[in-house]
Amino acid sequence: MSQSNDTIRKTLIVAVSLSIVFSVVVSGSAVMLRPLQEKNKALSTRSNMIAAAGVLSSGASNEKVSEAFEQFEVLLVEMGTGEIVTPEAVNAKSAEAYDQRAASRDMELSRSLEEDPAGINRLAKYRKVYVLRDGEEVTKIVLPIHGYGLWSTMYGFLALQGDANTVEGIRFYEHAETPGLGGEIENPEWTAKWKGKKIYEDGEWTDPKFALVKGGVGENTDNKEYKVDALSGATLTSRGVGSTVNFWLGDRGYGPFLKKVRQGEI
Amino acid sequence: MAELKTKDVLFGPILYNNPIALQVLGICSALAVTSSLKVSLVMCAAVIAVTCASNVAVSLIRSQIPSSIRIIVQMTIIASLVIVVDQFLQAFAYQISKQLSVFVGLIITNCIILGRAEGFAMQNGPWLSFVDGLGNGLGYSLILVVVAIAREALGAGTLLGYAVMPEWYVPNGLMLLPPSAFFLIGLFIWAVRTWDPEQVEEEEYEMQPHRVREAF
Repeated sequence: MSQSNDTIRKTLIVAVSLSIVFSVVVSGSAVMLRPLQEKNKALSTRSNMIAAAGVLSSGASNEKVSEAFEQFEVLLVEMGTGEIVTPEAVNAKSAEAYDQRAASRDMELSRSLEEDPAGINRLAKYRKVYVLRDGEEVTKIVLPIHGYGLWSTMYGFLALQGDANTVEGIRFYEHAETPGLGGEIENPEWTAKWKGKKIYEDGEWTDPKFALVKGGVGENTDNKEYKVDALSGATLTSRGVGSTVNFWLGDRGYGPFLKKVRQGEI
Repeated sequence: MAELKTKDVLFGPILYNNPIALQVLGICSALAVTSSLKVSLVMCAAVIAVTCASNVAVSLIRSQIPSSIRIIVQMTIIASLVIVVDQFLQAFAYQISKQLSVFVGLIITNCIILGRAEGFAMQNGPWLSFVDGLGNGLGYSLILVVVAIAREALGAGTLLGYAVMPEWYVPNGLMLLPPSAFFLIGLFIWAVRTWDPEQVEEEEYEMQPHRVREAF
C-alpha cells in the first residue's frame, strides 16, 4: 500500500485535495470571524483614542470605553481650511461612521500631495476630530494622525488640551515598526514624556515648532517645552513621528481648525 | 510494536518524557510568552488545540500520505490550524492576541508539534494520536505555567493581575526579561532529572584532564 502512495499521480492528488480542504477551512474561519474581529479592532481603536486624551487608562473594560466615548463629540473637519462639514456632505450616515482611511484612497474625497513629509501619499479632504467639552468650553481635542516610520504607516491619536497647543497625550495603535526599537512608540514610559509639551510658539500658529531630539531633554535644554526625547535605536521611526506630528498640525492638516478652537469659534 | 496504553501516552509526556524538560524543544516561545500567567495560559490553550488537531488530522490521512511529501503535508495541516487558532484569538481574546503578537504564528515552527505529527501520528490511530497531542500539549503547558507563575509573582508581584506578594517585596525586573526564563527552565530540568535520574543524558565524550605544558 505504501508503494502505491508514492506514484506521481497519487502525490498530486493528495497535494491538491489537501490544499483545497485546508484553504476552505482557513478562509471559512477568516470570513466567519471577521465581523467579531472588526468589532474588537474598532473598540481597541476607541480605547486608544480615549487613553490618548487621558480620560481612561488603557485596559479599561468595554463598557467603560463605550461610556467614555459617548462624552466625545465627533466633528468632520475640512483639511486646510478648518471648516466643519456635515456627514451628508461626505455621504456618511454620521460623523463617526465616516471612514477616513477609505476616503484617503478615494479619488474624489482626497488629493495627492506633492510635498509629503509624513509619507501618506494622499490626504483625505475631510477628517475626523474628537472634541471633549466642559459646558461650552473645549477641554480636549483628539486628532487622528498617521505617517510613515521606517517600515510601516503608523496610525495614532494625538490629544491636545483646550488651548489647542499643549499636548495631553499620544497613542499609536497600529504600526509594524521593529519590536523593541521603533515599536517602543507604544511604550507608556515614552508617551508619558509628551504630556505638557507645546506644539506651537505663541503667535506662530502656522508653523509647529515641535521636535523629537537626540540625546535627551533635560532641565537645561533650549526650548525644552517643544522637545521630546527621540527613541534610541529608532532614528527613522522617530523622524517619522516628528514629521507626522508637524504635518498634521501644520497648515495643510488640522492647523486652521485649531486656530478656530483658539478663537473660540468651535 | 508493543501495544500503547492510553494512560501512558497521556501522562508520559507530562513528566517522564516532557517535550521541554527532556527533549528541550519549543524553548523560543517558552522564553517569550511566560512573563505573565494570563498570556501563558492562552498560549498553552492554543498549543494544545494545535497539537491535538494536527495529530488527529495527520493520523486520519496517514495511510494516504506519499512519503516524498509527508513533511510538507504535515506543515500544511499545522500551518492551517495555527491560522485558524489565530483568527479565533483575534475574535475572542483581542487584547491577549495583540500581546502574543507573532508568537501565535510561530506555533507553526514549534518543533513539538511537527515532532509529534511525524514521530507519533504517522504510525498511530486517531484516538491515540489525539491523546498523545493532548499529553504533549499539557507537558509543554506544565512548564509554561510553572515558569509564568514564578516570573509574574517575582517580577511583577502579581498573578493574573492580582497582587499576591507581601508588601515588603520589591519586584525584581529581571524576572520579566527573557533570560530569567532560561534560568527557571534550567532549574526545572535539574529538579526533574534529580527526581528521575533516568532522564540524565549520557556524556557524549569524556573531558580530557587538564594538563600544564611548558611553553618551550
